[in-house]
Amino acid sequence: MPRKKMLSRNRPRDSVRAAKPLRLLPKAATGIQGLDEITRGGLPKGRTTLVCGTAGCGKTMFAMEFLVRGAQQYGEPGVFISFEESAEDLAQNVASMGFDLNALIARKKVVVDHIRVVKSEIEETGSFDLEGLFIRLGLAIDSIGAKRVVLDTLEALFGGFSNAAILRAEIRRLFEWLKERGVTAIVTGERGDGALTRHGLEEYVSDCVILLDHRVVNQLTARRLRIVKYRGSVHGTDEYPFLIGATGISVVPITSIRLDHRASSEVVSSGVPTLDKALGGGGFYRSSTILISGGAGTGKSSLAGHFVAEAGGRRERSLYIALEESQSEIVRNMKSIGLQLAPLVATDMLRFHVSRPTAQGLEMHLAMIHELVVDYRPQVVVVDSITSLLSMGSISEVTSMIVRLVDFFKMNGITAVMTALIPTGEETETTGVNVSSLVDTWLTLRNSEIKGVRARALSVVKARGMGHSNQLHEFVMSKKGVELKSDAWSRKYA
Amino acid sequence: MVPKVRMSAQTKKLPGKQRSSAPATVVLSLYIAGDTPKSRSALNNLNKICVEHLNGRYRIKVIDLLKNPKLARDHQILALPTLVRQLPQPIRKIIGDLSNTERVLVGLGIESTK
Repeated sequence: MPRKKMLSRNRPRDSVRAAKPLRLLPKAATGIQGLDEITRGGLPKGRTTLVCGTAGCGKTMFAMEFLVRGAQQYGEPGVFISFEESAEDLAQNVASMGFDLNALIARKKVVVDHIRVVKSEIEETGSFDLEGLFIRLGLAIDSIGAKRVVLDTLEALFGGFSNAAILRAEIRRLFEWLKERGVTAIVTGERGDGALTRHGLEEYVSDCVILLDHRVVNQLTARRLRIVKYRGSVHGTDEYPFLIGATGISVVPITSIRLDHRASSEVVSSGVPTLDKALGGGGFYRSSTILISGGAGTGKSSLAGHFVAEAGGRRERSLYIALEESQSEIVRNMKSIGLQLAPLVATDMLRFHVSRPTAQGLEMHLAMIHELVVDYRPQVVVVDSITSLLSMGSISEVTSMIVRLVDFFKMNGITAVMTALIPTGEETETTGVNVSSLVDTWLTLRNSEIKGVRARALSVVKARGMGHSNQLHEFVMSKKGVELKSDAWSRKYA
Repeated sequence: MVPKVRMSAQTKKLPGKQRSSAPATVVLSLYIAGDTPKSRSALNNLNKICVEHLNGRYRIKVIDLLKNPKLARDHQILALPTLVRQLPQPIRKIIGDLSNTERVLVGLGIESTK
């Protein structure tokens, strides 16, 4: 009923303002990484969005980032009405995401008003309203010309007042008031049994509802975000993993909505001239993704090492994400095939990120890699190996993480080399993780015992956009490094 | 704006410290937002209760938040009308139009003299 009233009130004005007959719903960008892609632009501008979820799901952080980014990036000051945490606590909590709330408050970009609702302190005697809340909110909005408002969490009111009938009427009035003020608002609510929120706030919010979830799978935490409803807008409907890292929230679409990273036609050498030749085009395309799979001891890391050393020679930075060996082990092992990585480390052309896969959840790994890349801006990233990520989650989860990584690397113009271990006895052209279709170049390595010799072989399963060799190449590792023998495997052993 | 109702005590600024005289003066602040039926009935009810039960040992200060909106934040006022017992300590808050005399008395910590 109130909705209809609102529509009839707003329509004529809107159509006067908009010259074009088809006007899309205006949106307010949140600045939350990934969210604006899923929502195709942000939250409905001038309307209220409900963000709900269980305790600890990240509602407050979500709302705060929306407000802070609005103030910092979009010139939209914001008011944060907190019913739970004090301004000091909030400032401290968001400092972990790199936000200086106090500075924004000092610069009159953000107002934080902590409203304490304690039932034991309040005696109810007859009819009342929440005009005090409206006055406080109105004053806060006017004091900085706020365009965004957060109420976190409005449901605390239900803990403070026993007259639910008055409360509901007042909450309804509040939503209408927010709409009239034209502010883009987020209201948070705690998830209830079988309902989105404990006190049915979703009844009042008709434009946009976002559900946050926080669950523990295999002893590891996974956060998920889903857009339950977004009236008048196309949006992604999946559950999207998200993480809260040192630069804020990032929502990572499982299936990338945007496949518009620019393809580079520049080719970079793999560091092995004979391999460059077998690839057909002189190496790998820049910002492509290369998968090297093979059994234990087939030379996967060595190939990756060559690529890193070559990149260092071009004065390009490499990030080596080592999930199985330590930095010193890798440097030592590479030295045995003539690759000097230590000088690259010394000149900061190569950085290692060594981490046991089980040390953190998948999401945290993704977040850390993300941060490292943003901080170090490498041109090359090696992930050695993606197989070891399998100990952290199901195949589908690991696959989705790798998809997100691949997209992220591509969007940043990074040439990525990933290794995958194939257990002995498994078919050669498997990866254990379903990523082969994602990568641009796929090299497989194998050991074969033929005619009393243990011989290594490499084949180029695919190299998108290149006329690559279809031969099985003998692959030799010596003190001088890796080399492919020019004569094809078939002639020598078959 | 504020309804003109007989006030039994002056509405000047509150004293910093409570006076030591034995039956303490009850200092009350009534927060309202403009002259609404609710504000009016709250003030009427309050005056009636005070006259009947407090025997002149009280002062009422009416604060209109429409005139002084900052006080809503400074004094942590959410619901209106709100009656705050400033003195004696501790501070007590009573919300609503004060139509339920028994609850107002309980809220103010006053024994009914009737």
